[in-house]
Formats: sequence, structure tokens, C-alpha cells
Amino acid sequence: MTAALEMRNITKTFPGVKALDNVTFTVRRGEIHALCGENGAGKSTLMKVLSGLYPAGSYEGEILIDGEVKRFQGIKDAEQAGIAIIYQELALAKDLSIAENLFLGKERARYGIINWERVFKESEKWLREVGLTDVSPETPTGQLGIGKQQQVEIAKALSKNASILILDEPTAALTEQEVAILLGILKEFRRRGVTCIYISHKLNEVFEIADTITVLRDGQTVGTYPTRELTEEKVISLMVGRELKELYPRIESRPGDVVLKVDRYSVLHPTIAGRKVVDNVSFELRKGEILGIAGLMGAGRTELVMSLFGSYPGPSEGRVEIDGKPVKIRSTSHAIKEGLALVSEDRKKYGLVLGMDIKNNVTLASLNRVSSWGVIDLNREVASGNEYIRSLRIKANSAETIVGTLSGGNQQKVVLSKWLMTRPKVLILDEPTRGIDVGAKFEIYNIMNELIRQGVSILMVSSELPELLGMSHRIIVISEGKMTGEFRAEEATQEAIMLAATGGLGT
Amino acid sequence: MSAQTEAMPAKASRGASWFKFDARAYTMIGALLSIWVLFSLLHERFLTATNLSNLFLQMSVTSILAIGMVLVIVAGHIDLSVGSLVGLTGGIAAILNVWYDWNTIPVIVVTVAIGAAVGFIQGWIIAYKAVPAFIVTLGGMLVFRGILFGISGSVTIAPLSPSLKSIGQSYTSDPIGWAFGIAGLLLVGFLVLRKRASRLRYGFEVEPLAVSLLRMAVIGVLIIGFVAVMNSYKGIPVPFVMVVVLALLFTFISKNTTFGRQIYAIGGNQEAARLSGINIRRRVLMVFVLCNTLAAIAALVLTARLNAATMNAGQNYELDAIAACVIGGTSLIGGSGTIAGALIGALVMASLDNGMSLMNMESFWQYIVKGGILVLAVYVDIYSRNRRRA
Repeated sequence: MTAALEMRNITKTFPGVKALDNVTFTVRRGEIHALCGENGAGKSTLMKVLSGLYPAGSYEGEILIDGEVKRFQGIKDAEQAGIAIIYQELALAKDLSIAENLFLGKERARYGIINWERVFKESEKWLREVGLTDVSPETPTGQLGIGKQQQVEIAKALSKNASILILDEPTAALTEQEVAILLGILKEFRRRGVTCIYISHKLNEVFEIADTITVLRDGQTVGTYPTRELTEEKVISLMVGRELKELYPRIESRPGDVVLKVDRYSVLHPTIAGRKVVDNVSFELRKGEILGIAGLMGAGRTELVMSLFGSYPGPSEGRVEIDGKPVKIRSTSHAIKEGLALVSEDRKKYGLVLGMDIKNNVTLASLNRVSSWGVIDLNREVASGNEYIRSLRIKANSAETIVGTLSGGNQQKVVLSKWLMTRPKVLILDEPTRGIDVGAKFEIYNIMNELIRQGVSILMVSSELPELLGMSHRIIVISEGKMTGEFRAEEATQEAIMLAATGGLGT
Repeated sequence: MSAQTEAMPAKASRGASWFKFDARAYTMIGALLSIWVLFSLLHERFLTATNLSNLFLQMSVTSILAIGMVLVIVAGHIDLSVGSLVGLTGGIAAILNVWYDWNTIPVIVVTVAIGAAVGFIQGWIIAYKAVPAFIVTLGGMLVFRGILFGISGSVTIAPLSPSLKSIGQSYTSDPIGWAFGIAGLLLVGFLVLRKRASRLRYGFEVEPLAVSLLRMAVIGVLIIGFVAVMNSYKGIPVPFVMVVVLALLFTFISKNTTFGRQIYAIGGNQEAARLSGINIRRRVLMVFVLCNTLAAIAALVLTARLNAATMNAGQNYELDAIAACVIGGTSLIGGSGTIAGALIGALVMASLDNGMSLMNMESFWQYIVKGGILVLAVYVDIYSRNRRRA
């Protein structure tokens, strides 16, 4: 039986870098094939070659679909050969309806006039295929949750008669339930013989659905294995090329005095009167401690930490004490002065000025530290940039490297540097390792440990339960704005936390 | 933090980079030089001292406007009102001077203060009331022109007192010109060597001394050549001296002050800037105050040069200023752009105007050519940027 897809000896060079080096990648018809590798391993480049984004001739090697050599000149060619990619960042027009999005670029029209009846009828059919039966095709996609938007994207891919479906980090922004729905759809597709390439950092998902796993490292194929022959630990060691003894290097610490005390704290919705996004939450954070905040997406965790940091638009109620003194945070700059720092969940949107270089980003929140009378000492700034490049081991040519060109893990380290430079007492981390690879994650954990040794306190919001359990000393759980559980690290289990997060436990 | 540090980043390729400090700056200077070569081939009077003096005089008003516009665009906004504001503040200056016999100094003070006040009002509506700058300044463009018609009774106001006129019409004497030239030389030498010394003190790599000296020599020759050419006619036009002073001041503000840095951060990523504790509203307000204050200064120069305030003075100048910024590499998305680039952009625009007028080309051609160059400049920039990325 010929393979559905075969990529043979693909080599792709950029000026100065060999992004892909003789990569071979074979996918059997009807299987779910996971592609794993650290950021920068070449997964995205390989998929760009496959999707025709890099046209034939710009790389070496050949692509065979059903045993037939293909030379794609552009994305259209690849689509015609049945290849459809769903990117991490969804590409839907948010103000257009589901139906309009489904047929974007191939409107069902005669003489340029759209036949809406036909559009809606066909839309319903494709939506049924992906199990999206409870919404009307006329709904604007912007009103759907991320999970449903993803289903629309998949329906869109199917409507182009895709025979090979590629999903690039599809679950990065999904809640647990949405992930379950998505994986269900993919399993159903497999039954029907659709071939699927699944790119993800989340190994538990990979192991749940993939039949075969190919691991890439540094632009080369490490190997292709049936899933049953592998374990998560084995995949990680293949990806990083070394054994990571411990995934979560938690250190014990003897927590000191209470640094941050939050008492009956509520946050109101900025526009909907009377709605509380955070409702009556109380906790204490001690010196040198990591307090994890668990919960489902949309539970109010981000709103809680944004509000504490003075950067949430809605008003808040309740009492906040820092070092025993009551404070009322009025603005973000006030929060920084009081010793708070927030590494937000979306580093590209909230954390970095991508067009600026490393040193400018590092000093952005503490310009007063490198300036006098409003004049920046540019040399001291470079020195600060270099200091953090060294201490956090940011991989870059110099402090003048533009951060937009760095990998996700290094970008996250730049954001961390920016906040460490403000010398915070309390460092709030919102999804600190989202979208970064295993090696960089481990380094971030080490940085966190070093900080608590230095007496910084960390408040960590995370949707990855293993990470929360592995790194935190205590964990609180938020569900629909309310606190529904508090655990010491030793007594917490994934099951107990999930139960509390879904509202099963009251306090 | 972890003790073992990686060796400091690759130092290869550094050697070659001393000379390519900014590829796009070279592109712009190259474009400017080719325009000059073209015009000097087409017309023998283009590269004469008289004409070059005119050229630098002509670029002054657009340059001063462009300096302020760079900050506005970098912050992610736009100001369509500066043309009308030049008309209005120039009109006010002329009314005070001609009708009310005010002396030059009070006229200057009041005119500049009005510019700042207008900037405060526009900036306040934009920053604190969140009305888009495009709308606020489009409204301002109409309102200011209307006020000008109203207060002046739609007549031309002239002639100005000799001392006010001198802002736009006088030249530095030869010795003063040379003094400026030498001051410029010393400044360049001081800055280059100080930067070198302090990089050494912080233990950074420095370029070879020969490269520093060569760089100083090239800039020095340009400065001396400029002064010599200007002095062989009447001297350096005073408006151009103002342009240089303002350009140095605002380059310093944009590159070396926290305010300038924060403007670039706001334009680059407003949310990240906000979460870094930057007071965005206050900064944006200040940007408009600066931009409109510069518009008032430009108005003084223009009115003095024409020795009159007219009804349509400054019309479409906002577009010239924006074009100068864009040709000079300022991104309309915000976050990047330089004062030096905008000045080169202004010089390109002024050279085109000047050269085509010299050749007696009909004015319709001038519009078409300038429009075409604007689009071409941005196209070349986007094209080369994409190529660099690939």
C-alpha cells in the first residue's frame, strides 16, 4: 500500500541556517500521525514546504502524494492535492458568519451573485460533519468560543475536499472539554479514513490519539515510531536529545512572612453591570513560595491577576495587603512601584514590543533604573540587556537582536527579564510556559526556583495541571469566579483539582 | 542565576557590520543623490550655491512639520491638521504684528503658545476621550482654516516688521556660518569619541579607531562643504539653522529620553506598553502638544519668508509632512521611524519641487511625479523588507 504522503530527503536552507536537513516523513493513509519536536526543530518549516508556502524549487527533495510526485507552486496547488492546514492562530473573519467563512474564496455564486440558500444548506452539512449542530450558519464566528471556531476551521478544510488534514497546535487555547470534543472529532475522522497530521506540544493528547509519532530535532528526523512503542518520557528525551531527569524541578522552601494578602476580593465586569468575574476570593502568599492558581479557561483567573496588577478595566472590591500594609492599586505603574510584576498569558500581545530589540524590551518597565532626569544612559541599558541575556541564558546574537526574531522560549525569557529588572516582591506568572518547548520550560522552572531562593514570591496561573502540581507549594482553585478549593502540594491530585475546577467542591 | 554562562553571542560578522549601520538609510541617501545627479544633468543651475541655498530654505517648513509628525506617527496616530494650523498661527502672528504693532518677541511667544494650546486640546480629545486622531485632526483641519478666514476677514496680511521677517529671510554671516560649522565638527568628534570611550568603560566591543576617524572625516567634509557652499552665496539660511537645531533636539528626545522610548513602545505595542506601567494617555497628549508647537514654529518661518499671511498658507502641508516621514522610513502602523529619515524625505520632496520648477515643468507634472515617488518609496521599502525577512 502506498503512503498517503511521503516527503523524501527534504532540505530547506535559509541564509545562514539549515532549517531542514534531509528530513524524511511518511504518513500512512487514514492514520493520525503526530509530529513532535521542540520549537525551532523544523516542524513549521516542514509544514510550510508541504502546504506550498515555500514553492517547489526553494527546497531540495521531493513530495509524493499517493505515490505521485508533486511540485507545488503555491498554496492553491497544495489545496487541490487535498492538503489543508489549520494554523494555531485561527484565520476566520470574525465579523462574517460561519457560512460566509466556510465559503470564503469559493462563494456559491452565479455571475457574481451569491446563492444564499445553497450556501446555508451546504454549510449545515459541513457543520454536521464536525459535530457542530447547535449553532446556525448565520452566526458571526466572532461570537463563538475558540473551540467552536476551530470546528468551523476544520469544516472549512473539509469543504475543500481535504484528504490530508494538518493541525498545528490546535489545542493551545482550548479548555479541557473543548479538547475532548476536538479529539473525538479527529477519532471519528480516522474511522472514516481521513489522514491527519497532528502537531502539538501536549504529549498527553498526542498519546491519546496518535497512531504514529515522528520526532524532529534540529531540522533532522530523529525517527518515526508506532505510539505504543513509546512513552512520554521517551518522546521528550528524543525531542531534546537528552534525558530530563525531572520534568518539574520543584525545590522545597520554608515560606516566610505573608507578602501578599488578598481578602474577600471581587472584580466586576467592565461593561455588564452587577456581574462579578471574580467573586469573593481570599488567599495569602508567603515570601519564597509558589502559589498555583488552577481553574478552567474563563474561570476568572486571568481577570483576578490582571485586576491585582491594576490593569483590568473593571472595578474591584475587597482588601489587598502587601507586607502587611493595605494598598489600593490604582494603576499598573502603581502596582510596579508596590513590587508586583505580571508576566501575562499572551506574550506577543501583552508582553513584548516585537519590533524592538532585547535591551529595549528588558528595560521598558524600569527605564528609571537606567536613566537620570529622563535621559537614558544607553550604555547602562546595553549592560542590563547583556546581564539578563547571560543570567537567563537567552539565545541571541546580542542585546540588539529584535525580539520578534526569537523563538517562543527565548521571547518568554525576555518578558521575564523585563519583570525581574523591576525587582518585584511578587511575580505573577499567567500561563508562563504556554507554547514553548520542553527544554525552555525546564529552564523557566529553574529560573522560578532561583527566584524563590532569592525570596521572591510567585503566583502562577496555569492550565497545565502537571505543571501546577509539579511546581507549586500550594494550589488554589477558581471556578466561575469563586474559590472552590485550596490544596497543599503534597495532598493535591489532578482528580481533586479538576473536581474543584468544574465546581464539584464547595468551600 | 545559574553560574555557568554561555559564551557571549557570536562575534563573527560583527567586523563587516561597522560599515552597514543602516541599509535603508543608504538607500534613501542614494535615492536623493540620484535625484540630484539627474537634475544637475538636466539643468546646469541646479547644483549652484544660489539654488542649493534656495533648496534648503524651501525644505525648512516641511522639515519642521515632519519632525513633529514623526513622533505622532511613531506613536501610532496621525495629524491632518498641521497644514491648517500653520495657516492659522501664521495668520495670528501677522495680525498681532501688522494690525496691532506687537514686537517680534511677544508675537513669537504668543504664536508658539497658541500652537501648544491647540496641541493640548487635540491631544486631550484623542488621548483621554479616545476619539481617533484621524477624525479629531480632520476636524481640526477644517476648524482652523475656518477660524483663519473669520479672524482675518479673508484678506492677505502684510507686510511684517523687519525683525519678524528676518526669521524667514535672513542668512548667517560668513564668520557665524563657520562658527556653526566648527561647532558641528566639534560636536561630531565629541559624540563619536565619547560613545567610544564609554563603550570601552563598559567593556563592550568598539569599532577600530580608524573606522571612527573615517566616519568623523566623512561627516566633517560634508559639514565644511555645506558651510563653504552656503557662504559662497549669502550664508546659511536662518530657517535651516532652526531645522538643524530642532532636528538635533528631537533626535535626542526620541533616542535618549524615557519619553521618546515610551513613544516608540506605545506605537510598537500599546498593550505591552500599558502593562509595563507607561501612562499612555499622558504621553500621547504630549506628542500632540509637541507636534502642534512645531507647527506654530513652522508657521512663523513660513509667514516671515513670504512676508505675509495668506488665506491658503499651509494648505496641504500636512500631506507633505506625512509624505516626508513615510519616504524617510516611518511606518504608518507606528513604532518605527527616525527624524533624520524624515529630513531626508523632506529634502527629496523639496528637491523634486525645486528641480522641476527650475526646468519649468508644468505644475501638473510636479503633482504626478511627487505622488508617484511617494508610492514608489514605500513600495521599495516593503519589497526590500520582505526580501530581508525571507
